[in-house]
Amino acid sequence: MTTPQRSDGLKPARLDPATLKQNFRDAYPPLDAHEATVAADRCYFCHDAPCITACPTEIDIPLFIRQIATGTPEAAARTILSQNILGGMCARVCPTETLCEQACVREAAEGKPVEIGQLQRFATDTLMAAGTHPFTRAASTGKRVAVVGAGPAGLACAHRLAMHGHDVVIFEARPKAGGLNEYGIAAYKAADDFAQRELEWLLQIGGIEIRHGEKLGAQISLATLQAEYDAVFLGMGLGGVNALGIPGEDKDHAEDAVDFIAELRQAEDLAALPIGRRVVVIGGGMTAIDAGVQAKLLGAEEVTIVYRRGQDAMSASGHEQEHAQHKGVRLICNAAPVGIEGNGSLTGVTFAYTETRDGKLVVTDDTFTLPAGQVFKAIGQTLSGAPDGLTLERGKIAVSDSGATSVAGVWAGGDCATGGDDLTVTAVAEGRDAAEDIHRTLMA
Amino acid sequence: MADLTTDFLGIKSPNPFWLASAPPTDKEYNVRRAFEAGWGGVVWKTLGAEGPPVVNVNGPRYGAIWGADRRLLGLNNIELITDRPLETNLEEIARVKADYPDRAMIVSIMVPCDEESWKAILSRVAETGADGIELNFGCPHGMSERGMGAAVGQVPEYVEMVTRWCKMYYDKPVIVKLTPNIADIRVPARAAKNGGADAVSLINTINSITSVNLDAMSPEPMIDGRGTHGGYCGPAVKPIALNMVAEIARDPATAGLPISGIGGVTTWRDAAEFMALGAGNVQVCTAAMTYGFKIVQEMISGLSQWMDEKGYKSTSDFVGRAVPNVTDWQYLNLNHITKARINPDLCIKCGRCYAACEDTSHQAISMSPDRVFEVQDDECVACNLCVNVCPVEDCITMETLAPGQTDERTGKVVEEAYANWTTHPNNPMAKAAE
Repeated sequence: MTTPQRSDGLKPARLDPATLKQNFRDAYPPLDAHEATVAADRCYFCHDAPCITACPTEIDIPLFIRQIATGTPEAAARTILSQNILGGMCARVCPTETLCEQACVREAAEGKPVEIGQLQRFATDTLMAAGTHPFTRAASTGKRVAVVGAGPAGLACAHRLAMHGHDVVIFEARPKAGGLNEYGIAAYKAADDFAQRELEWLLQIGGIEIRHGEKLGAQISLATLQAEYDAVFLGMGLGGVNALGIPGEDKDHAEDAVDFIAELRQAEDLAALPIGRRVVVIGGGMTAIDAGVQAKLLGAEEVTIVYRRGQDAMSASGHEQEHAQHKGVRLICNAAPVGIEGNGSLTGVTFAYTETRDGKLVVTDDTFTLPAGQVFKAIGQTLSGAPDGLTLERGKIAVSDSGATSVAGVWAGGDCATGGDDLTVTAVAEGRDAAEDIHRTLMA
Repeated sequence: MADLTTDFLGIKSPNPFWLASAPPTDKEYNVRRAFEAGWGGVVWKTLGAEGPPVVNVNGPRYGAIWGADRRLLGLNNIELITDRPLETNLEEIARVKADYPDRAMIVSIMVPCDEESWKAILSRVAETGADGIELNFGCPHGMSERGMGAAVGQVPEYVEMVTRWCKMYYDKPVIVKLTPNIADIRVPARAAKNGGADAVSLINTINSITSVNLDAMSPEPMIDGRGTHGGYCGPAVKPIALNMVAEIARDPATAGLPISGIGGVTTWRDAAEFMALGAGNVQVCTAAMTYGFKIVQEMISGLSQWMDEKGYKSTSDFVGRAVPNVTDWQYLNLNHITKARINPDLCIKCGRCYAACEDTSHQAISMSPDRVFEVQDDECVACNLCVNVCPVEDCITMETLAPGQTDERTGKVVEEAYANWTTHPNNPMAKAAE
């Protein structure tokens, strides 16, 4: 029995199983071989291509597209994966419209870039479907490296280290590896258990052991890792969540969006997952969008994302914003939450409109209340439990360009470290580059 | 609206677009469809001598090469002449011609290279009421192994001899179709003219292997593991055909000999180009085989519009107009100096011009860190490669230096006077300027 969409409270199965399945299938179906050939034909094979420069992992995009065009997608995949071992996931989750595809000269020429992300997916899917792993390990160096966190940064670092012949142990707090790929990205972006399939494929390199239930600061400490391993890479991400700091925040059903997304990703049966009738999401990033869209796809009647600044300041890409609106999610900008309402249970959120005065965001007296039975907070995550002794910068572990921290023998990358944007692709680049630096250091 | 009516050898057709002798013109059914679609004429697929017809392979008959989005650029075939009985073809030709008296009906013929064989078939063809014949001296595959087709076309004496027989035993126009598989196309054209041909048509297909099956290690199209060379046609052969048409048009020995242009005609513009180089009309095959007969509508409307824009009243107004401008290299003006110019507003910063010039040409394009590309006049030889590789039309153009300007590459002032290689001081054979 399905629950009608209009009943109040948190209810499971607001939509029938067939609709849920449809809603959470692959958001962007892969190209077939002919579509890939046609899409690949559009690449101009630019000199010193702008798309490569725009890619945090600097994949040789014109080369891999030419390899697809000439009927060798496996070779294309090798080109991609040699720069970005999580090229399959990045093909799905990268905000390509602000990276490679924005830089594509055909975007400048006609507003229609080459479909780089989709082509990358075609190539990597083809290779992974063949079940082969194109890389082999160098002779064993006898060196052992500890990696904290099995997210994109840790996995990229581990894979590169394993390739160089080092033995790697990854310490992962959660029951599954993958980090945000497994727990923090909308389900329709990584359909068909892709994060785990990619992980298994990646581990085919050998020399990587993953130990679960090992959290830094709890079961393990940096000091013991330093003592037992030749090098340490920290890639544990951002474990903390920013609080709103407003009255009523502790009410039931005022939840962290990241928890909701993780729960949804791990749900065996989406129809068993309760969701509110009216949902408010507070924030303007990818997490807010992923939470809002998935709440809607689960059957919430009304979903509103409220962001305190203007729409152009949202860190979620324009493409993501449009996707949310297309799915029926409402966006309200220039409004900040001032209170979570409800005498007992949560009934709504009151917002005040904001203005920018002299470059500062100011909350005005003009308020409105959105009725809601469920609120997701998505106003950013923070580093929690950073080991003592490491220099921090703007709340993250300070690292050099090659990922070295202030402590010798310790590297860091991904969201927990300073560096580029908090993107999967950036984390992969940082993990990879740190691995190269670790390798150089260990072999010096 | 411009008048597209064409008079070719006294044969009138409502437009200059004929279907070439090929599979599209093998049967009454197809030809009726073609005429209904608007084609000005057809050359009926080649008839052979009376008796059991030839047989074709039952595996693939065509191979192809493709461009982007599988756009067909070149087609190769190993089909032979008609494999239907002569009687059937003759009856159909007579019937269709009777029903479409305003359309050109030409019959292509290929019989063994003896006078009796030609004499025998010519009288039969004459009975159909067809407007003329085309001698198939071109097919490069199959029939040539039996001493026909290109085997005749490659021997000028045979071309002349057979043409003479045809003029002797047939009183309507005789068109000789030439094979491009020969060193100098002018030689068989002269032979045809000497034999009394009313016109030549060209080009027939080019010897080719379209591809190799790398699993079976066989040429394609592959028939049970083996392949043979076929005849190549389609858009890819157009430049070769244009040159051959122009060579005949400007050869004093064949000047004025009517030409029916064939080879990759796909659009009205292709047709206009053939005609500007001297073809009185064009024949089309691959484009029809790729897109169907309807394409003639675009050819008709496009040619009409262009003629109106240019003020041409009839096709004869522009046929051969470009021929006087076809010359030998030695007569090109060496004082004509141009430089490439890149329009920064149109540039999409792909850098292809830079890669082409830097890697394979004259290092005459600079690239700034923010991807601004500029031509270095002191290195630019005006080769045009940057124009050709640029994906944006008209982004790179060639600018002509005016007399009095200095060519920064050579340091010389551009002269107004025309001067070519024949008078150039570096030419050991140079004659003193008069």
